[in-house]
Amino acid sequence: MMLNLDGIRRRAESALNKPAEHGLDLDIAEFPPPPPQRSSREILARSYHVLASLGIDPTKEGTYIQVDEEPVEIRTGIEGVRLYTLSGALKEGLIDDYFWKLLPVDTDKYTAAAELFGNHEGYVIIAEEGARVERPIQACLLMASPGSIQAPHNIIVVEEGAELHVTTGCLTMMEMPGLHAGVSEFYVKRGGKLTYTMIHEWAETTHVRPRTAVVVEEGGEYISHYVNLTPTASLQTDPKVYLVGKGARAYLSSVIVSKGSSLMDVGGTVHLRAPETSAEIVSKAITKDRARVITRSLISAEAPRTRGHIECDGLLLSRESRILTTPSLDAWVDDVQLSHEAAVGRLGEDQIYYLMTKGFTEEEATSMLVRGFMEVRIEGLPEQLRRQIEAAMDMAAAGL
Amino acid sequence: MVVVSLRVEDLWVEVAGRSVLRGVNLEVGEGELVALMGPNGSGKSSLLHAIMGNPKYRVVRGRIEFRGRDITGLSPDERARIGLGIAMQMPPRLKGIRLGDLLERIARMRGTSMDEVLAAARLMRAEKLLDRDLHEGFSGGEIKRAELLLLLAQRPKFFMLDEPDSGVDVESLPHLGEVIRRIHSSRNDRAFERSSGIIVTHTGSILKHVPSVNRTFILINGRIRCFGDPGAILEDVERYGFEGCVNCVLVEGGEG
Repeated sequence: MMLNLDGIRRRAESALNKPAEHGLDLDIAEFPPPPPQRSSREILARSYHVLASLGIDPTKEGTYIQVDEEPVEIRTGIEGVRLYTLSGALKEGLIDDYFWKLLPVDTDKYTAAAELFGNHEGYVIIAEEGARVERPIQACLLMASPGSIQAPHNIIVVEEGAELHVTTGCLTMMEMPGLHAGVSEFYVKRGGKLTYTMIHEWAETTHVRPRTAVVVEEGGEYISHYVNLTPTASLQTDPKVYLVGKGARAYLSSVIVSKGSSLMDVGGTVHLRAPETSAEIVSKAITKDRARVITRSLISAEAPRTRGHIECDGLLLSRESRILTTPSLDAWVDDVQLSHEAAVGRLGEDQIYYLMTKGFTEEEATSMLVRGFMEVRIEGLPEQLRRQIEAAMDMAAAGL
Repeated sequence: MVVVSLRVEDLWVEVAGRSVLRGVNLEVGEGELVALMGPNGSGKSSLLHAIMGNPKYRVVRGRIEFRGRDITGLSPDERARIGLGIAMQMPPRLKGIRLGDLLERIARMRGTSMDEVLAAARLMRAEKLLDRDLHEGFSGGEIKRAELLLLLAQRPKFFMLDEPDSGVDVESLPHLGEVIRRIHSSRNDRAFERSSGIIVTHTGSILKHVPSVNRTFILINGRIRCFGDPGAILEDVERYGFEGCVNCVLVEGGEG
């Protein structure tokens, strides 16, 4: 069926003032679309070292890089994977079944902004049926225009039986206010597997509102690792995962370090809509200075023989910071196993003393414990990606 | 001439305003291994923590000397770096820190060979603990094994074992005893010299497997009451209790 682009636009316009369910409400009008960049390539060249710190090598095959709202680098060349810009994929009619099909365009003002001000850019990654792609596809979204909005719309399709790793690094090149409102719609077909790694490195003045929805069919798997280790003015996100086919599985992990006066509201919602589906949500939040973190998670069991577990831990490294964690379980049928565990507190003096008796200084002991606290089960990742995440966490722990 | 490794002089210690040690005097010679026994709550663990420098244990009077140097004001990590070490009775759990990784870091820091540590792990059948987060879900016996491995990696010149035999099944005791003997004999700088140490034991069951213990001290109510031959004291304690120890040489002022 052809897309009704006019209809989508009208619905977006109607939602442009609709606040999100959670998070600090922003006035979209304060973040105008960026002026056309004449120097996107230069900006990219200047940001190579930052990208490298996120483990992204722009010269590799299987790379998508966008500066503000302009795709700057698209390197295909990995067998079994097709890579497009959103505008290109729309033009070719490749994503008629996926574009705004999982996330309603009028969800809130940020989805509306992505439709209206995102220039219809973003990445489209399609893993072909049965393709087992070992090399990760890397996507990178850079913000370079002070005060502007960046609102990409990304789509990933993992066809039946395919396996795909996508790693995204999002960062900003400026210390000026900005708004990132990225939309992501991921489709994992029967027996497919998607591991998605996202490392955020925003500035202390950036507002971030990602909107993500994922659907997983029978026997499919979605594994997501989210790492946010730098201060951000405000961040609110609550990815929604729908397990709609028998035996589908989801694992969401997030590690959030919040410093300065950051305000981070990070959720995760999994709907178990088919029998024998299962989900696990793990979050680790660390606060310092005056930062605030909210971790929300919900597993909703709507079909028989389903299982879900939530684990949320919070570590306060200052008196003035604050952590609110709200794990929620919703059982619609009685044949389910749902559980959660949550713990929030500061580092134990006895733990610090213990490590000091082994010869570590108080600073070393603290950073070892913080790094230990961040440790989450990293699942399904190729060695290189695992190392990339671990290196980012090592760096963050050392800087606390 | 006996060279003193550790000297505790008229040590008074408080925890949260409560007096736990009331004038402890104790000397351990270089290469000497002594046992410390006493009823529950007599202050055995407190003494070890005070020697190690736990900030919760406030020294209100007296001093602690290690190899002739006053260490009363040193932090626990400074004490560890000059050669003190402790295997705790109830160590905290360390989420996200694997035993194997910690052993490697400590061994690297102290110049110990990991082969030696791994050999001890095999001897105590503790290899499977190496991949686990330290003390997270460990049984009583597993905690003791992990603590001994950490101490072996640390190679202290003066080591303290807080009830290494509690919660350990009888058939494992000889293996733990062997690792304690290795900690006692293993020294970095001068291989022929032994380290010194204190073993706190409630039941004394580990002493059968560590024959080099040459004196046992009895601590009652925050004071060293007496000392003597380990075998004789163990017999007395089993028969008459700590208060009725007849083979014990009374320490002056020890009855307090």
